[in-house]
Amino acid sequence: MTPDLQCIDLTKRFGDTTAVSDVSFSVPPGSFFSILGPSGCGKTTIMRMIAGFLAPTSGDILIKGKSVLDVAPNRRPVNMVFQHLALFPMMNVADNIGYGLRRAGLPKRDITRKVGEVLERIGLPEIGRRRVDELSGGQKQRVAIARCMVLEPDLLLLDEPLGALDLKLRERMKIELKALQADFDTTFVYITHDQSEALVMSDQIAVMNQGRFEQMGTARDLYYRPETPFVAGFVGDSNRWSGRIERSDGGVLELRTEIGLLIRGTAQGRALGGGQSADIFVRPEAIRLSRKETELTSLDNHLKGHVTSLLFNAAASRVLVRDEGSAGEIEVALPQSGEFDDLAKGDVVHIGWSGEQANCFAAGAE
Amino acid sequence: MRDGTRLGFILLLTPLLLWLSLLIIIPHIDMFLVSLRERVGVGKYEISPANYLTFLQEPLYLWTFMRTAVMSVLATLITLIVGFPVAYYIAKMAKGRIQSLLFLLCLVPFWVSELVRTFGWMILLRETGVISSLLQYLGLIHGPVEMLYNDAAIMIGLVYTSMLFMVVPLISTLGSLDDAVIEAGYDLGGSGPSILWEIIIPHAMPGIVSGCIVVFMLSLGNYLTPTMLGGKDSLWFTELIYSQFIVRFNWELGAAFGFVLLILSSFIVWATLRLTGQTLEKTMG
Repeated sequence: MTPDLQCIDLTKRFGDTTAVSDVSFSVPPGSFFSILGPSGCGKTTIMRMIAGFLAPTSGDILIKGKSVLDVAPNRRPVNMVFQHLALFPMMNVADNIGYGLRRAGLPKRDITRKVGEVLERIGLPEIGRRRVDELSGGQKQRVAIARCMVLEPDLLLLDEPLGALDLKLRERMKIELKALQADFDTTFVYITHDQSEALVMSDQIAVMNQGRFEQMGTARDLYYRPETPFVAGFVGDSNRWSGRIERSDGGVLELRTEIGLLIRGTAQGRALGGGQSADIFVRPEAIRLSRKETELTSLDNHLKGHVTSLLFNAAASRVLVRDEGSAGEIEVALPQSGEFDDLAKGDVVHIGWSGEQANCFAAGAE
Repeated sequence: MRDGTRLGFILLLTPLLLWLSLLIIIPHIDMFLVSLRERVGVGKYEISPANYLTFLQEPLYLWTFMRTAVMSVLATLITLIVGFPVAYYIAKMAKGRIQSLLFLLCLVPFWVSELVRTFGWMILLRETGVISSLLQYLGLIHGPVEMLYNDAAIMIGLVYTSMLFMVVPLISTLGSLDDAVIEAGYDLGGSGPSILWEIIIPHAMPGIVSGCIVVFMLSLGNYLTPTMLGGKDSLWFTELIYSQFIVRFNWELGAAFGFVLLILSSFIVWATLRLTGQTLEKTMG
């Protein structure tokens, strides 16, 4: 099957700075593809090149197998939901949605029918005559998507459209966006710096940093099997230590950190030998917390420490544990099963994690 | 505390009230009373509409009045057509230093007095002026050409004088239009003209209307430019008012003319607002 969108060696330079460097990817029909990266990583530049507002320095963009480099933005089978939605404030909702159809020269009757249908579909059948500034944040969001979807584009681009919403609404819109995508059965390309948006909604995610794709894969791939230290640090939270590898034995490593902590970890097939400097990443939620040492003896790494602070944040609560031997601080997820509800600052605890959960990368690979 | 804010409010309002009452309201009431006087003998006056009847019965006065109105409307439209692309370029396409530089360039002519600026046009357009000499030098014409003292010269002067007052409100309304809205228009299949017509102009409407009102009033009330560039035959209504007051010393008729002009400008401003569906608060706020 021809992919809906294919980018081949896409490069964009602004003067001396390279915003996007040799990016290649393809998006199969009907899927939800996200580009995740910190601000300034070049993701908006890619989006604007696909939409046609920027011309790539080199490389090619194919939509449904055909190059669109020579096609003006108003003729591309691509529509975009802008960061601040860019609804036309001078028109009512129905005129906003009908704008593209009017420009395509459809008869008035068809426009009215199609606008009615799409409003029905986004669950807001009664709002056609309302002014844009009378809508709530979530309604505007849905109207912006409807305004694009009514044109039945091959590809819908979304440029961080949830950024302006408050937290609760954002959580709801994530689910709604995913449902709308399935409902319209259109390929979505979504860019965001918010990892939870990308992880929840996407079929495929590309993590981008400094103009390059670091890794492409499903949400689980990125989380469980990061291929680069940047991905390990950017997707999810991590404890990170730098150090030197003391022993390497068939993928199982022993690393002595700069502060003297000895950690067993894995290289996941990456070539790492003894004596090499390396970075090791351990997720706070991969670390077991216990009051009794005996519960953790089966784990590759275990140590004793005391709680230096409790960072309570409901389900995402953390405990900072200071290791007795090295005085290094380790961030540990606080289990919310009731067992540690009375944990207090200064308490002595045992923590441990398996070597499988400690991901090791050669230093300077970032 | 309440008395304190009240006092502050009164103090802040006083200069404005003084300005309005001393310079605008009182003179206008007095002028209205003067315009309703008819001299029936030496130092003897009666209240009558005679001055207004004179205005209506004398074809030259009516003709000048209509001509001034039409020319001012035309000057306003030309200023809008010339000023809109300039404002659009400054507000949307120019970036950073170029933007401030261009804006400054619009402003520079206003550092010179209007009189000097108008003389500048006279130096360019007169029979022995720059343009005429240049055309002769190039061999395009054989004798000197007089380009002053016609309606086109008046129009050039009016448009030039009022340019800034059109460009400034347009820049501020166009500047407030999010670039993404224009891009969204393109993205959804809009072409240049349709985006201009359906998105940019509706958004800029308050600026267009406020610019037009200011330019129209400035043109209608302009005295210097029509007199200097249009010469004796320019037939501008303000000249009639001037000559009644200063030359003929007929304050009664001059006051009546002044009032007729005030009614005309108020009517046209009201009509423009009604036609474009704008309100005074929206355009001036």
